[in-house]
Amino acid sequence: MADLFIGDDKADEIEIVAVAAAVGTPTAVVRESERLVYGGIHRRRDHRHLLLPALHGLQNAKGWISPGGLNHVCEVLQVPPAEAYGVATFYEMFRLDEPELGPETTHVTHVCVDAACQIADNEDLIAELEARGAHVHRSPCLGQCERAPAQFHQGIGRHDSVPADTVEVAVRIPQQGDPSLRLLRNVGVVDPTSLDAYRANGGYRALGEAIRMGPVAVCAAVADSGLSGRGGAAFPTGIKWRAVAAEQGRPKHVVANCDESEPGTFKDRVVMEQDPFAVIESLTLAGFATGAENGWIYIRGEYPLATARLENAVSQAREAGLLGADAAGSGHRFDIEIRRGAGAYICGEETALFASLEGFRGEPRSKPPFPTTHGLFREPTAINNPETLINALDIVLNGPEAYRRRGTERSPGTKLLCLSGRVSKPGLYEVEFGTTLGEVLELAGPLTGSGTLAAVLMGGAAGSFVGPDALDMPLTLEDTRERGTTLGSGVVMAFTDEIDMTDVAVRIAEFFRNESCGQCVPCRVGTVRQHETMVQIQAKGSLSAQRRSLVDDIAEVMVDASICGLGHTAASAINSAMALGLLPEGGHDDDH
Amino acid sequence: MTITEVSVNLTINGQAVSVPEGTSIHKACESAGIETPTLCWAENLTPVNACRVCVVEVEGSRALVPSCARAVEDQMVVQTDSPRVRHSRKMVLEFLGSSVDLSQATDLAEWMRHYGADPDRYDQPDLPAERISEEPKIQDDLYIRDYDKCVLCYKCVEACGDDAQHTFAIAVSGRGFDARISTEFDTVLPDSACVYCGNCIGVCPTGAIQFKTEFDMRAAGEWRPDEQEVTTTVCSFCGVGCNLELHTQDDRIVKVTSPADHSVTHGHLCIKGRFGWQYVQPPTRR
Amino acid sequence: MFGAGGGTSSYTEVEQTDVVLLWGSNAREAHPIYFHHLLKGLDNGARMYAVDPRRTSSAKFADAWLGLNVGTDIALANAVGREIIAAGLHDTDFIAHSTQGFDDYEAAVEQYTLDRAEEITGVPAHAIAEMAHDYASADTAQILWTLGITEHHNAVENVLSLCNLALLTGHVGRWGSGLVPLRGQNNVQGGGDMGALPNKFPGFQDVEDPVSLAKFETAYNMSLPDKPGLHLTLMFEAMEQGAIKGLYVIGENPADSEADVAHARKLLDGLDILVVQDILMTRTAEMADVVLPAAVGWAESEGTVTSSERRVQRVRAAVPPPGEARQDTDIIGDLAKRLGVDWGDPTPEDLWDELRSLSPMHAGMSWDRLESEGGLQWPCMDEDDPGSIFLHGWLWADDLEGRDPAPFSVCHHEGPKEQLSDEFPLRLTTGRALDSYNTGVQSGGYASPIRYGDGIDMNPADARQLGICDGDRVRMCSPRGSVETCVRIQPDIPRGLTFTTFHFPELVDINQLTNPEWDLRSGTAEFKAAAVRIERMASTHVNNPVPDVDSATEFADG
Repeated sequence: MADLFIGDDKADEIEIVAVAAAVGTPTAVVRESERLVYGGIHRRRDHRHLLLPALHGLQNAKGWISPGGLNHVCEVLQVPPAEAYGVATFYEMFRLDEPELGPETTHVTHVCVDAACQIADNEDLIAELEARGAHVHRSPCLGQCERAPAQFHQGIGRHDSVPADTVEVAVRIPQQGDPSLRLLRNVGVVDPTSLDAYRANGGYRALGEAIRMGPVAVCAAVADSGLSGRGGAAFPTGIKWRAVAAEQGRPKHVVANCDESEPGTFKDRVVMEQDPFAVIESLTLAGFATGAENGWIYIRGEYPLATARLENAVSQAREAGLLGADAAGSGHRFDIEIRRGAGAYICGEETALFASLEGFRGEPRSKPPFPTTHGLFREPTAINNPETLINALDIVLNGPEAYRRRGTERSPGTKLLCLSGRVSKPGLYEVEFGTTLGEVLELAGPLTGSGTLAAVLMGGAAGSFVGPDALDMPLTLEDTRERGTTLGSGVVMAFTDEIDMTDVAVRIAEFFRNESCGQCVPCRVGTVRQHETMVQIQAKGSLSAQRRSLVDDIAEVMVDASICGLGHTAASAINSAMALGLLPEGGHDDDH
Repeated sequence: MTITEVSVNLTINGQAVSVPEGTSIHKACESAGIETPTLCWAENLTPVNACRVCVVEVEGSRALVPSCARAVEDQMVVQTDSPRVRHSRKMVLEFLGSSVDLSQATDLAEWMRHYGADPDRYDQPDLPAERISEEPKIQDDLYIRDYDKCVLCYKCVEACGDDAQHTFAIAVSGRGFDARISTEFDTVLPDSACVYCGNCIGVCPTGAIQFKTEFDMRAAGEWRPDEQEVTTTVCSFCGVGCNLELHTQDDRIVKVTSPADHSVTHGHLCIKGRFGWQYVQPPTRR
Repeated sequence: MFGAGGGTSSYTEVEQTDVVLLWGSNAREAHPIYFHHLLKGLDNGARMYAVDPRRTSSAKFADAWLGLNVGTDIALANAVGREIIAAGLHDTDFIAHSTQGFDDYEAAVEQYTLDRAEEITGVPAHAIAEMAHDYASADTAQILWTLGITEHHNAVENVLSLCNLALLTGHVGRWGSGLVPLRGQNNVQGGGDMGALPNKFPGFQDVEDPVSLAKFETAYNMSLPDKPGLHLTLMFEAMEQGAIKGLYVIGENPADSEADVAHARKLLDGLDILVVQDILMTRTAEMADVVLPAAVGWAESEGTVTSSERRVQRVRAAVPPPGEARQDTDIIGDLAKRLGVDWGDPTPEDLWDELRSLSPMHAGMSWDRLESEGGLQWPCMDEDDPGSIFLHGWLWADDLEGRDPAPFSVCHHEGPKEQLSDEFPLRLTTGRALDSYNTGVQSGGYASPIRYGDGIDMNPADARQLGICDGDRVRMCSPRGSVETCVRIQPDIPRGLTFTTFHFPELVDINQLTNPEWDLRSGTAEFKAAAVRIERMASTHVNNPVPDVDSATEFADG
């Protein structure tokens, strides 16, 4: 612990109660008597991970984090105030200055400004909301691209909410009820709030089978299935699990990376909202397979319904003995804690997620060492996203051979795809790997508006644009890679020639500029310089050859020298847009 | 304590190099006589590998690798002067030069020439490149903080925190280009946890945190580093035996540092060692 | 303790140790860079117990702070010892092989049960047991102390009671374990090493030992006193008795620093002649008949100093001394000449080589090695000797290298000489603040933004009882005098205790109050324990009154 120096500002009763509700009564310092106080570095470390929940408590209570509130949290958790301030200012959802809100204000309305919403007249919505007196915050992608323009209400003194969640939507997913669905088979069919309903539909059979097989066989089955990570990096899941299983260090962790923030992506949200028990079961299964006793769910702060559903699922599972000292009768201790992010794209990067969960700024760490040895709390950790995890249920139940019957040799299984943009049936789709891009777009119905297809954004802001000539491209890891694009997190966003792609490119550049954590120079400055160049195109109507080479120079250093994937991919979509001729070129600089 | 040394063999720029296990690539380069630019690295701090100016190319690694933080591996093949390395180093220096005032980062100027960095090429007449743009913070008689010079190398944060002082008076706040070194709510330093050990100043590579004495002398045009001498001695303020480097100009002490490689201080001092020298010279003594 | 006086361990060892007892030391403020090493140890997993009447800034880093009553260290140490024995955690092999006097020790500590210790010290019994078990069970453990142990009338017994714990558990004489007194001044260690003790020649060679005496008499070609001289406290007694009429003070400011300072000033005033050699016009220098202006040792002179880890390091001249100030060696040499002895014009290296020729533990430290190796730790017997990282490794040798086993010492609790009374119901203890040093003569020279300044720390409950608010001016009286100051309400200080620094004699002449009772063996006065009374002066409060909360509940919430 530090020379904890707490300023004079004091928390009020509301803040004190909110912090207690968020973190209970921590024992970072215990004043047992006037002559005996327990404290020190080790206790401080043990409590640091409560910082983010405590900050959420403050933000929710008052609509901002006041100096007095921050001081109180620092005192309770023994965190130096400068550090806590550094953490709080890292996140989009936390305010550190007092907002001008009327006393009756119950929430701030976040409206998405990223691509899918940008081309769905989000500015009209913002104008309308502001005219009605709403406090609007322009937010990066809210993960509701199928219902663009998206909104999210950040509550003050009450829960956060999403207006669209309260609307009864008959068809949750376009393919609902299709018997070929594997990953989405429960969605819209099984009551997502009931463990009994989940079990009645085959839930927890996979975990039972896994316990019967034993951890070694489970890891083998996952490895044999060829399952790879669905977050974008496509790392083989079996290798990851085996590596953690082989670690002797304790404790070990499995983490569900539910910080889905890639613009255009909403697949995990739908799974968590509509089939939360599958996430809990598969995370438990991962814990069993890797020998980890701690399960964590880190979910982005803008997903209130998914959070509530998962919390409910965890508590029902715990009550039923499926979590706890002898989880599901496995003889293995396993439990799950849920943590909310607070608005930071970077926290979807696994090492940044660890840092965030541990109560630090969500800054990525250099790899090596890798999470399998130095993950959460620098302890062995397997981290997967929900889509990857729920694949394991099918693999364990039906065996790797059955699993491999779908998809291609090198991309076995099915893939969740997030269809959005100018399609008439946007939403979440499950298709076999190998389905072509054209077939997928056909599933989502005819294009909307009067334009023709100009480009498809594959894999989100970190992915790339492809042109109409790519409609024959089979959607597999290998084919997309060969065509110089990516499946990424499963984004398929359609753009027609009615859309000004320069505006889209400017926003993508702005997104990376805003979301760069600031740690490494190539990304911190590179994303700004890239954005400036896009603004120049917007201002001048074209890009000179000289400026064009500058864009390439910037891209190269971001790809080569950034710490993490954010920097590595920050130039990808823009480069592809240029390569496809989506941005105007050919002007002259007047300065050089 | 003795550590059994295992040697690792690697190739740097085609040259065979053998160094003890656990050595960083940066140190291995040094042992092979290859100089590497560094900014966020320091002898007495844990590498944060944030600046990326020391990147090298390692065969088999998709991205470039920070040489300060990555340990050598057997049979590693390293390039320190490939086109990719030169490009990234140049770009990092250009990015910094286009964002902040590097006039007092004397080491960097040479490297910028070496790599042909041109920070001005980001400016357009109608659209100048955005800069950090901060006014100096002068809040007491010992320090100034001029974040217009800050490259966000994290060194001051490390020295104030886990790597030495454990005071945590400053941290990185905000995000991306808006990230700044800050106290809580930007409170003035005397009202923060700061204990004025000056260890942040000791590690700052650009003069963004500076002794007030130096700042004032620079402002008056009296700061003449070429005429300064450095004498190593021992602090008088307690029995720990901290080595002090007294920087003198015209027979006056103008600032105090400590050698980073000394086993007692590792380059770090306390307020007394750092600032307590002032009684030695007039007007106190005549 | 077992011979030469010096900390047994090196700073790097505390970075690797398992358990630290920080006892009577606020190293965070008094030895900040040593504390960096300690922090590395904590970061590496070491557990720390802080034993101190105050919950100091150091204690806040500890896993547990044990707030004992001032002057009850022996009772606590003995209870720890008793508990270790009772739990069977003592190292019986080590005790049998390397120590003597265990049976007497065991019998002596028998009466210090946990309950009795709690009664005497105020520290909950279970916490004493916890500390005892943790210390004894650790693979490596260190006890660190400073003036909280030594500025008592029974300073030496305090130290010995801690040494007993190391002997009991074998936590001495090997890497990572040890006994570490942190030195308060840059060359306290060096001064002792060089023979600036009334009973020692350089290298801790006893003046009463005929062999040593003969060696030095031969070297200097003259007869030397074979009886110990007087230490500072005895000198003041001698002044009082008229046995000393002249005093030559070099680099010391007793007119501010002595306990019961008003009395000390009177004695200095009464001298026939007072000569002060100093770098600044101190209060003592102001009183002098002759002032010899001197060069600043660490910035204007060449020489060596020795640190708390026995490391001899070079100091060097960076700037010339101002005006008429001269090197100490030149002044003393000239003085010798006036007294009829010509020592020539030796260089610092010449003087150092003379020392090496006479002090075996320095023999290996050539001037060149000191330059090139960044200092050397004694003992360093010859030029091939790398110096000693820790002391007393012989305790673990099969033959003890021919030495006598280390003795346990029987020490009993006495408590401070000055008991609290109705008239003086509060305890006053003094200590250092981070940015200041001793009487402030040097540290007053720079504008610290964190200056502690004038003031006395008090527990909120005590303040409330006296109707005192934060910032109020008060008069504080001890049986020897009174001073005016202001109050700082400080929840980290227990009830009944008050604290202030001694850095600002011009603002608060605190040593008017401190107790001159001194330890017979070390000559150190009991600065740490005076009895005082505090009275509010002004009728108006500076700030709002302290809210009337039951002090028990203040500690109940977390």
